[in-house]
Amino acid sequence: MSAAVVDPVRAVTHMLAHPFMVRAFVAGGLIASASGFVGYFLVLRSQVFTADALSHVSLTGALAALAAGIDLRVGLFAACIAVAALIGLLGPRGRADDVVIGNVFAWTLGLGVLFLSIYTTSGSGGDGTAGVNILFGSIFGLSSSQARVAALVAVATGVVLIAIARPLLFASLDPAVARARGMPVRGLGVVFLCLVGVTAGEATQAVGALLLLGLLAAPAGAAQRLTDRPWVGLWLSSGIALASMWVGLSIAYAAPRIPPSFAILALAAASHLIAVAATARGRFRPRRAPAAPSFRPPPAGHG
Amino acid sequence: MILAVAEAGAHLSWDLGADLRQMFAYHFMVNAFRAGTIAAVAAGAIGWFMVLRRQTFAGHTLALVGFPGASAATWLGIATVWGYFGFCIGAAVAIAALPRSDHGGGFSEESAVIGTIQAFALASGLLFVSLYHGFLNGIDALLFGSFLGVTDRQVLILALVAVVALGLLVVIGRPLLFATVDRDVAAARGLPTRVLSVVFLLLLALAVAEVSQITGSLLVFAVLVMPAAAAQQLTARPGAGIAASIGIAVLATWAGLVAAYFSPYPVGFYVTTFAFAAYLAATLRRSAGQRPSRGRVRVAAA
Repeated sequence: MSAAVVDPVRAVTHMLAHPFMVRAFVAGGLIASASGFVGYFLVLRSQVFTADALSHVSLTGALAALAAGIDLRVGLFAACIAVAALIGLLGPRGRADDVVIGNVFAWTLGLGVLFLSIYTTSGSGGDGTAGVNILFGSIFGLSSSQARVAALVAVATGVVLIAIARPLLFASLDPAVARARGMPVRGLGVVFLCLVGVTAGEATQAVGALLLLGLLAAPAGAAQRLTDRPWVGLWLSSGIALASMWVGLSIAYAAPRIPPSFAILALAAASHLIAVAATARGRFRPRRAPAAPSFRPPPAGHG
Repeated sequence: MILAVAEAGAHLSWDLGADLRQMFAYHFMVNAFRAGTIAAVAAGAIGWFMVLRRQTFAGHTLALVGFPGASAATWLGIATVWGYFGFCIGAAVAIAALPRSDHGGGFSEESAVIGTIQAFALASGLLFVSLYHGFLNGIDALLFGSFLGVTDRQVLILALVAVVALGLLVVIGRPLLFATVDRDVAAARGLPTRVLSVVFLLLLALAVAEVSQITGSLLVFAVLVMPAAAAQQLTARPGAGIAASIGIAVLATWAGLVAAYFSPYPVGFYVTTFAFAAYLAATLRRSAGQRPSRGRVRVAAA
C-alpha cells in the first residue's frame, strides 16, 4: 500500500500483474463506458426510473436462472431485454407511467426474493454468496470467458448507440418536430430501451443489480450539469463513468476492506455532487430542452 | 430461520381457527402482526398521497436509504430502529433541500440526482455490511425483511411514530391535497406549498422507516405504492380512497404473514404478491367498468 504512494508506476504494474485485475479493468472499463453513453440519453429522456425498474428485473432474471439451474447471464439478459421492450411498446410514446412501473417492479422484486429462497434452500450449490454477488456485483470474480463476453457486448452496445445517436438525440429533444420530419420516434425509443436492457444486464455483472442505477445516472447527471452541448456531454458522461470504474477498482485493490462496487459508486456519486456544486451558482443555469409536452397529463378541467 | 418455524409444527390444517390459535401461540407472531398492522396503516395513508403526488421515485429512494441506516446501526452495535429512522429522515431532508424543478414529476435532472443518491445509499450499505462481516446472515433480512424477532419495544416505537405521523397527516391533509391537485392555484391562494411538500417528505420518510422493519428495504415500495395505486383505481374520492388504501395494505400484510408462517417462502414475496394481486384486480375492475376516461382524483377547488 505504501508503494502506491512512493511509486505510482510500479504500483500500477504490480496491480495489473494479476490476471483478475486485468479482466476487471478491461471488462469493467468497457461496461462503464457503455453505461455512460446509455445513461446520458436516459437522463436526457427522463427515463431514469425505467432504468431503476430494469435493475430490479435483472435481479429477478438472474435469480430465476439460478433457481432453474442455468447460466445466470441467460436469465439476466433475457429478462432485461424483454422487459425493456415491453416498457417501450406499452408506454405512451416509449415513456411508461411511473406508478405502473413502480407496481410491476415491486412485484418483480418479490418474485426475486422467492427465487433466491428457492435457490438457497434447494441445496444445489447454493452457498449464499450468489445472491449477494447478483445484488452487489462481483467484478473481481469474472472468469476470462465471462469477461470476454461482457467486453464484446459492451462494445456492441456502444457502437449501436453511437450509430443511432444523432436521430435519437433529435427525437429526444423535440419528438414532435422529429415525428413531423418522418422519423420513427417510437421505434427509436424501443431500440434505445433495448440497449438500456442490455446495459443493465452488463452492469449487473460489474456493480450488481442494486447499484447499476448509479453507474447509469451519476456520470450522466454530472455531464449534463457541466455542458449544454450534447456530443461533448455524451463523451464526458462516458469518460466520468470510465474514470470512476478504473479509480474505484484501484482503490478496492489497494484497500481490500472496501468492496469494489462501493468505491466505484462513491466516485461516480462524488463526481455528480461536484458537478452540481460547481454549477449551482456562477453563471446562469444551463438551459435544457423542456420535457416533452405530452409527458404531463393535461390540466384538470377536461373531464 | 423460516425453515425452523415450519419444522416446529406450522402445518396448515382444515381447521382455520385451530391454525390461527396455533400461530398466535407464538409471541413473535403476535408481535409481527402488531408491527405489520401499524406499518401497513401508516403506509396505506401516506402512500395514497405519495402516488397522487407522483413522488414514487422519491419514496423508493427513501426506502433504499433505510438499508445503509440499518446496516450502519448493526455495525455500530445500536438498534436498527434508530438506523432506519435516522437515515430515512436525513435523506428526506436532503431531497427537500436539493434544487427542485417547478413541478413534481419526472424532470430529468431531479431524477438523475435521486438515482445517484439511491445507488450511493445502497453502496454505503454494502460497505457497512462488509465492515461488519455480516455478509451472509444479516444482509438478506435487511434487504428482504424478516418478521421474526420483532420485540415489544420495537412495536411500541413503531406505534408511537405511526401515531405522530398520522396525526400530522390529519392536520396537513386538506391543504396538502389542494396543493397536490392544483399547485399553482394553491400557491396563489397563499398556501405554503413548499413547506407542505417538505413536511410530506418527512412523513414519507417515517412511513418508509416503519415498513422497512417488516418487509426489508427493497420491498417497502410494495406496501407503499400498490395499495395506494389500487385504491386510486377504485375510487376518485379522497376519503374513501385513503380508507381503501389502508384496508388493502393491512389485508395484504396479514395474508402475507399468515402465508409465510405456513410455508417455507419469505414474507416479502407473499406481501408483494398479494398487494400486486389487489392492484391488478382493481385495474381490471376499472377497465371492465363503465367509462375509460383517465380519471385522476378531482377535488372541487375550495
